[in-house]
This record gives sequence, structure tokens and C-alpha cells, in this order.
Amino acid sequence: MPDADTVPAAAAPAPANKSRGRNTRVSEAKARLAANTILYVDGVTVAFDGFRALNELSLFIEKGELRTIIGPNGAGKTTMMDVVTGKTRPDKGDVLFDEGSVDLTRLDEAAIANLGIGRKFQKPTVFEHLTVFENLELALKTDRRILATLLFRLGAAQARRIDETMGLIGLGDRRSARAGTLSHGQKQWLEIGMLLMQEPQLLLLDEPVAGMTDHETEATAEMLLDIARERSVIVVEHDMEFVRRLGAKVTVLHEGSVLAEGSIDYVQNDARVIEVYLGR
Amino acid sequence: MTRLFRIQSKAGWAAFVVIFGIALVAVPWLNLMIPVDSPYHLPDYMVSLLGKYLCYALLALSLDLVWGYAGALSLGHGAFFALGGYCMGMHLMRQIGTRGVYGNADLPDFMVFLNWKELPWYWFGFDHFAFAMVMVVLVPGVLAFVFGWFAFRSRITGVYFSIITQAMLFAFMLAFFRNEMGFGGNNGLTDFKDLLGYDLHDQSTRVGLYVASVVLLACGFLIGRFISSSKLGRVLVAIRDAESRVRFLGYSVTNAKLFAFTISAVLAGLAGALYVPQVGIINPSEFSPANSIEVAVWVAVGGRGTLFGAILGAFAINGAKSYFTGAAPEIWLFFLGALFIGVTLLMPKGILGLASGLAARLKRPPAATPQQETALVAGREHA
Repeated sequence: MPDADTVPAAAAPAPANKSRGRNTRVSEAKARLAANTILYVDGVTVAFDGFRALNELSLFIEKGELRTIIGPNGAGKTTMMDVVTGKTRPDKGDVLFDEGSVDLTRLDEAAIANLGIGRKFQKPTVFEHLTVFENLELALKTDRRILATLLFRLGAAQARRIDETMGLIGLGDRRSARAGTLSHGQKQWLEIGMLLMQEPQLLLLDEPVAGMTDHETEATAEMLLDIARERSVIVVEHDMEFVRRLGAKVTVLHEGSVLAEGSIDYVQNDARVIEVYLGR
Repeated sequence: MTRLFRIQSKAGWAAFVVIFGIALVAVPWLNLMIPVDSPYHLPDYMVSLLGKYLCYALLALSLDLVWGYAGALSLGHGAFFALGGYCMGMHLMRQIGTRGVYGNADLPDFMVFLNWKELPWYWFGFDHFAFAMVMVVLVPGVLAFVFGWFAFRSRITGVYFSIITQAMLFAFMLAFFRNEMGFGGNNGLTDFKDLLGYDLHDQSTRVGLYVASVVLLACGFLIGRFISSSKLGRVLVAIRDAESRVRFLGYSVTNAKLFAFTISAVLAGLAGALYVPQVGIINPSEFSPANSIEVAVWVAVGGRGTLFGAILGAFAINGAKSYFTGAAPEIWLFFLGALFIGVTLLMPKGILGLASGLAARLKRPPAATPQQETALVAGREHA
């Protein structure tokens, strides 16, 4: 069984939907370590021109867990998400999904998305020229192959599901509005709605309340707590009030590795955390 | 089957039937049935001219499919057009038989002139019309598939994609200028006699080619509508808006673009194949970069991402070109340049965008929505 170390950093991206046939299985020893985890990140290093964005990062997310990740700028939060979603290939280390059953370092973005990992970008990224409904329709979990997409017809049950999601994200009355005309907060919600349509097992959210009003932030917190009941969620956030509101386990990243882990009160009182992050 | 009828609105179908119906019936009727001395008679040269415009319109439509929808501006579409044209030209050369200047049944004139003794292997099969038609589809299609596969897989986008397609086009032009290539070099292929037994100089044959061009353009338009109205069409627009988001949704951006690019190249090749018998010549100047850039101008002027706009733009600009090159040839290029600058600055969504904007303003006069204006500007950034 080849080790992850031998995978070239710039391995050619695989076409979507073919990757399932690829060798993405993991040795039994590793799989045992990864039991009960939805995401198992161990000893991951990513270097850009000598700068180590991630340095032997290890992170274990349990099934159904809601986890918040904080850290100063450049701590490696976004790079960590890039590695998990296949945008960046690690130089070293293991990234395993679903009780260690799948090695994510061998798959491309589309294949990883189809496995059930959804990602929200820091800057809200929706399709501005499509309507709210069409944005959600594209995200709907269906056969992603070209011919199936060309001949796709929306079923009544699927249309209902899209309508339900529109209600959940508070955009029920903006069905036919172009996404480009939505407010910043509404775009953030639309993107979260799109992630829900994908029916992911694991959601990665990069600063979901950035630029939101207090009222919107509170609504988002409730939405996330609701979502986290059915799936695993990782939230990267700067807003301490929001992190406290989520009330989940907190991981503090610093210079590409884990500095501290625990409840919000625990990490806020940790001397090293205060020094690098909170104390500044 | 119902899916076919829903590719456009009822009004869209009505406009489609009226426009293509008039093009299909009125032009041949005015040309063939109305006496020559009548003021309503359509002169013969106009039929050929309109047939040429129809081929240009299909070429513009094919570019709109990749540029207007998937956001990949190909500046090499002239290559697919010209290759389709060359495939047809090779068939027409083989149809000449012993009627050439040298009367050689085995070799086209230019090969006799170059002292070639036998037909190159890649000319085999072009005696047969069916084989030539298969090549018209396959050559541009396979080229686009292979080229696109490398380009899209390597995630070449935006201006870089435009540059490499232009480079490909330029390479083809240099290659086809060489006599050793066996495609007639500088002079290209010309002096055609007949197609499927019909004399190309007969007016009835020309009208037949014109009708074939109308039908082909209509089919191309419907194929484009079928794709753009499907979920795949929305995936293409989504790729234009936010390519990486599409990837994280689980779609293969490479495959979606490859599909659009290949279909587009096939349509461009078919356009070229019908163009050649109507103008009577195909030479390497069809590969010239300026020609392909002009196609992008047609699409931009008509309105990107609408399909119909591409057709409109091709007719408007080529009509203006025919008029100005006759009336005031020295100002034509200045006019074209000014037009492109004007369209880019003043109406980023082209003639169609301007028209629909005016229609919307007439419906509800107050509040000329600033949001839409910014959306227009934002839309231009995808170019």
C-alpha cells in the first residue's frame, strides 16, 4: 500500500466521477486510528516557497461534531480547508474521511465534494447571474455527469426540497431574484443553503458571519446549530462572541499547528493562546 | 419530447418560426419567382451574400456558446471554421476531375503544378461526399476535444485561454501557407465545378446552398438553445461566474467546458463547410487572427450569452461592412474600431441588451435600477 508521502505534490487532478474507481483505500492500522472520526488529519505539512503554511497539523473531528477553529491571520486555517477539499495537496501527512475509509489526498475537488464534503468560502461565492432558485438547483444532490446534467429534469419532490431550503435560509420571497442583487448577508445564507442542498456529511465554513450585522449573526448562529444536529460542521471564525454562542469545542491554530484545544473558556485562559492571539 | 418544446418560451418559438420562415421562403421566392425587371426582384448576388452571412452567423453562434455561456473567449474559432471549409474544399477539388487546367483526373491542378506524382494519403476518401461530411464534423471536433482537454485540464482560463487559442490558430495559418502541406499553399483550393452533381455556378444551386445554410443555422440555434436552457447551460453560466465554486459543488468544470468547446467547434466546422461552396474558395487567410477576433466583435455587438444576439451581430456588422466597403472603403476599419469601443463602453450587453433594457424601461418608467447597471459592469469583467 503506497504511503501518502509518495504522492507527488502536484499530482494531476482526476476527472470527477472517475475517481471512485481509484485506489483511495487506507491501510487498516490507520483506519483503526481514525475510527469514529469524520475527518482525520494527521501530521500534515504544506509549504509554499519554504513558508510552512501547515506544520505537522493534526486534527480529529468526530462524527456529528461541531468544531470551531480560531487563530491569528496566517495560522493556516484556510490552507487547512484547502487541503481537506482537495484544492491544495499536502507535502506530507494523512487526510482521511469517514472513519478513515477514504484518503482525500488522492482526490480532486469535484470528487471530494461528491463524497459529501461541502465548503463555504470566506468571501460569499454564489452564481450572480443565476436566480436564487437556480443556485440551489445546481447544488442539489444529483448525478453530476455531463449527459445527466444536460438531460436533467427537476422532480416535484426536488423542487419542494429547494423551496424548503429557501425558507430555512430566509430567502423564500426572493425565489426569482438574481443572486447578484442579494445583500451580503443574504449571499452568505444562500451559500449555506447551497451547501445544505449537497446533503454533505461534513461542512466546512470559512468565517460565515464576516460582514454580518448583529441580528444576522444571531440568526446564522441558530441556523448553524440547527444544521449541526444532522451533520459534522467545522467553523473557522474570528468573531469571539459568535464562537461563544456556538458553544462548541475550540481548536486554536498557530503557525500551522494546533496550539490549544478545549472549551472556549479553557482556551481563552490558556497562557500561550493569550500571548499569540487574544492578548494582542 | 416535451423538453424540446420547452427550450424557449412561446414568444421565442413564434419569433423563431417567423424569422427562419421568412429567410427560408421569402428569399428564394423573391429571387427565383419574381421577374428580373421587377423592383421586388432579389438580385442573384444578394442570395450568395446572405448565404455567406448565414455561415458567419453560425460561426458567431458557436463562439457565443463557449464565450457567452462558459466564459472562455476562444480567439481561435476561425481554425475550426477553416478546417471544416478545407474538408469541403478537398471534396470539391476531387469533383473537378479532368476539368482542371491540366486535365489530370488523379491530381488537383496545384499538385500537378508542384510536380507531385501521387495523391497524399490524407486526400484519400475525399472523393466521396459522405466521407467529406464525416471529416467536416470529425476534424474540428477532435481537434477541439484534444486541445480543450489539455487546456481545461490545466485550468487555463481567461486571457491565457484566448492567447493559446490564438497561438493555435496562428500555427495553423503558417502551416497551411506552406505548399509542402498539400493543401494548395498560399492560393488554397478554388476553381470548384460542382457539388453532388449540381453546377455551383447555377443560380438554383446557389439558392439550394442558401436554403441549406438557413436550415443549418436554425438547427445550430436549436442545439444551442437546448444546451443553454438545460441544467448544463446553467452550470456553464455558473462556471463563468465562479469556476471554483462549481468544482466544490462536485461538477467537473473540465468536462463541462470540454463539452461546450467541442460542440462549438463542430458547429463552426459545419459553417465553414457551407461557406466554401458559396464563396468558391478557401485559402489560409481564413486562419488569420484578425478574422477570429472579428467574430468575437460580432458576438459582443449582438449581445453575449443570448445566441440570437450572435446571429444579429454577425448580420449587422457584415451588412455594414458590405455597405461601407462599397460606399466608403477607407473608413470601414475606423468604423469597426469605433464600433467595438462604443459597444464595450456604452452597451456591454450588445444590441440585444440595449433593446431589452429599453423595453424594461418602457414598462416601468421610474427607477432606472442602479443595481442592474452594476450587474452589467460586473458581467463585463468575465470577458
